[in-house]
Amino acid sequence: MPEWLQFFLPQGGYGEGWILAVAVMTNVACGIIGCYLVLRRMSLMGDAISHAVLPGLVMAFLLTGSLNIGGMFVGAFIVGLLTTFLTQTLHRHGGVPADASMGVVFTSLFAVGVVLLRRYAGNVDLDPDCVLQGQLALIPGYTTDLFGYEVPRAAISIGTVLILNTVFIVLLWKELKITSFDPGLATTMGLRSGLIHYLLMAMVAGTTVAAFEAVGSILVIAMLIVPGATAHLLTDRLSRMLWIAAGVGAASAYLGFLTSARWNPDIEPAGMMAVAAGVLFISAAFFSPRYGVLSTLWRNVQTTSRILREDILAMLYRLEELGVRRPMGGREAAQAVGGGLAAAAALWRLLRLRLIEHAPGGLRLTDAGRDRATHLVRSHRLWEAYLVEYLGLPLDHVHAPAERMEHFIGEKLQYKIAQHLPQEQLDPHGREIPR
Amino acid sequence: MSYLVAIVLTGTALLGCVSGVVGSFAVLRRRALVSDLLSHAALPGICIAFIVAGGKHYSQLLTGAFLSGLLGVALVTLIIRWTRTKEDAAIGIVLSTFFGLGIVLSSLIQRSPEFGGTAGLERYTLGQAANITRDDVVLIAIVCAAALAVVVLLYKEFKLFSFDPDFARSQGWPTLKLDLAMMGLLGLVAVVGVKAVGVLLVPALLITPAVAARFWTNRLGPMLALSAIIGGLSAAAGTLLSAGVHVDWLGFDPLAFGNNDSPLPTGPLIVLCVTAVFLFSMLFAPRRGMAAQVIELVRLRQKTARENLLRTLYELSEPELPRRPIVSPEVLRTERAWTAPQARRLLRRAEQVGYIEQTGDGPRLTERGLAEAAAITRTHRLWELFLIQGANIASDHVDRDADSIEHFLPSEMVDDLESVLARQGRLPAIPGHLPESPHELPSHGREAPRA
Repeated sequence: MPEWLQFFLPQGGYGEGWILAVAVMTNVACGIIGCYLVLRRMSLMGDAISHAVLPGLVMAFLLTGSLNIGGMFVGAFIVGLLTTFLTQTLHRHGGVPADASMGVVFTSLFAVGVVLLRRYAGNVDLDPDCVLQGQLALIPGYTTDLFGYEVPRAAISIGTVLILNTVFIVLLWKELKITSFDPGLATTMGLRSGLIHYLLMAMVAGTTVAAFEAVGSILVIAMLIVPGATAHLLTDRLSRMLWIAAGVGAASAYLGFLTSARWNPDIEPAGMMAVAAGVLFISAAFFSPRYGVLSTLWRNVQTTSRILREDILAMLYRLEELGVRRPMGGREAAQAVGGGLAAAAALWRLLRLRLIEHAPGGLRLTDAGRDRATHLVRSHRLWEAYLVEYLGLPLDHVHAPAERMEHFIGEKLQYKIAQHLPQEQLDPHGREIPR
Repeated sequence: MSYLVAIVLTGTALLGCVSGVVGSFAVLRRRALVSDLLSHAALPGICIAFIVAGGKHYSQLLTGAFLSGLLGVALVTLIIRWTRTKEDAAIGIVLSTFFGLGIVLSSLIQRSPEFGGTAGLERYTLGQAANITRDDVVLIAIVCAAALAVVVLLYKEFKLFSFDPDFARSQGWPTLKLDLAMMGLLGLVAVVGVKAVGVLLVPALLITPAVAARFWTNRLGPMLALSAIIGGLSAAAGTLLSAGVHVDWLGFDPLAFGNNDSPLPTGPLIVLCVTAVFLFSMLFAPRRGMAAQVIELVRLRQKTARENLLRTLYELSEPELPRRPIVSPEVLRTERAWTAPQARRLLRRAEQVGYIEQTGDGPRLTERGLAEAAAITRTHRLWELFLIQGANIASDHVDRDADSIEHFLPSEMVDDLESVLARQGRLPAIPGHLPESPHELPSHGREAPRA
């Protein structure tokens, strides 16, 4: 195996491999269920549940006397559902705003959890630091027997949850989809949105518990929400969103692992996973092809420069039409559309596209350019005529709207407008509408 | 109480008061969870201040925390503004990523030999009020005084802005600056609170007192005062509990369960005290409290049932008026589909008030009961007439509609209704007489009740 590849792969046979595997499974399990939280705009419910499961964990630990994963599941499930229920009750029957009721409930439960934890901290390998950041590094240490293989306990619990989450999503695919996107429609179709809501919250609570050992109960919020939100920036389809979220989750797990294992072992891998997820989100926010900041910016720039180019073409057309003898110079044309770098770039682009060309003394439209310009001026004048004819706008009010609309009227719309106007009509200012 | 406890107590109580005031605005503006964001996002700032400035001084850590908290809020605003991500997800993302960064930095700090021996991250995530020194209290006092001064100076602006931001904007007020001022105050109090109750529980100190106070009043001024009192007292109570002062008073320690008898952290205890006040308010506050609402509901149900009973009795007696006939209990029950115990209970209550008298064969309206029953029936029939006339509803549909509203019609409205109907000539000419029912009454079709 080449040395550079070893850098990227888990080493030490047993330990690192399991750490990475558990981290990836945790993030994927959280990421896919978290998509629904993001879509339902309930991300902060995930936050609340992840804080609030703490007393459930401690309680279950006390009752079963060990880190028995079954007992902890039950405890966390109950507290998770309790959080949801209390929040809704406070909101509906107590008249407390939704966000404030969530804040009250989860901080109270978390405080109860911390007190319990402190009181029983002696014999528990649950300690406050573990609550906050998990103990990924210790995972290979606690193993159990599975079909004759020695497997870390955490791997079994998170693996089970990953499978359960997948089964849950596949079985209730349609129900989850409809209740997430259109709760009103779901109700009219006879779907029990309330039941599905509680089921989803139970799954979130269960996932939080299973993720507890790997990332702690606070950082799990990053794993729940960030992959889903990142995927939501990249696609509009639910199935793709789930796949992407799983990918983002796995990638952030890997990046967190790699930073900690190869760069500086002092770094807490769970924290780094959250940071990596955040970085992936920010990257998606900037570079997403459809919804990214850069692509939006790029589209705006393109539209602006297209409008500038078209303005120059239309201006040259009007000069030709008026029979002005002296051709317009490049500098003069750029000034007329606002000047500056943008105008210069527009002129340069027009020359490159051979829509205008240099003539003795200035610029002139090429045949192709004249066609484009004719189209624009036709749009402009048709729109003016339409505004006067059908909306009854005064003559001096139609130029400005037409100046904006001319860039967005296509062949079809031109045809439709022309149908509604008398044949051979002039525009309201008495000029011919070109064909 | 020792001097040290007194110092800590002063600090936490002051903090509780001010977070009660500042948090009220956050709750009213539906920005409660921003406090969650501010406090989580403060963690990396604390760590960076620690690394850069050596972190020996509280004020340096506070500055770092404040700046990174505000950076977090700014990032959330930008994410909402520039991407399709919604507010809840944006808060979750920034909160968790910043917290993750804080964990990374603090793991570096804790494990590096340079800063060896520093206490764990726990100090800032769960708070360590016991370490509050006199200097810290001075700093807390200054911050609190400044925050209070801003609230007093901008009281009118904050008030309008909290309840009707659109109106404030339309009046040309600098809403962006007001919003920033509010966020700044919230951030300031949040980071000062970090030392006392910790990053994770600061939201409780900001949100819960305000929510509890809201149950008791509808006015902003009293709400702020109450919220400050609740916050201050709970913070003080939590601190005292943590210091074990209650043990001297009670003679034993009710909090000494479990196998670890080290002192409990102050932060969670403060939060539990606030929560207790909140629970009490939610249950027992007049009007908005749950107990008051349940009582109100029960009263309304009783009134409705009594009025239904009286009207039914009136309708059954109507053919024989002005004599007051005895109504057979069976007929009465079939009329309303009451179960036997239900009917017995209703009759007993009505008898206690003096509306009916029980004879061996069944109930009978008293004089007083007849007058009351006539008034109720009048309301019912007037409303029916109005529905037929004014809302064009078929006469066989109006009974149920009238049934659902007759218990809520104020008497002036009934008089109004009557005069309108009288003007239209829809009422009997003799004043004081009841209009006839616009639809057939099942009771009238049956054989007349026994006299």
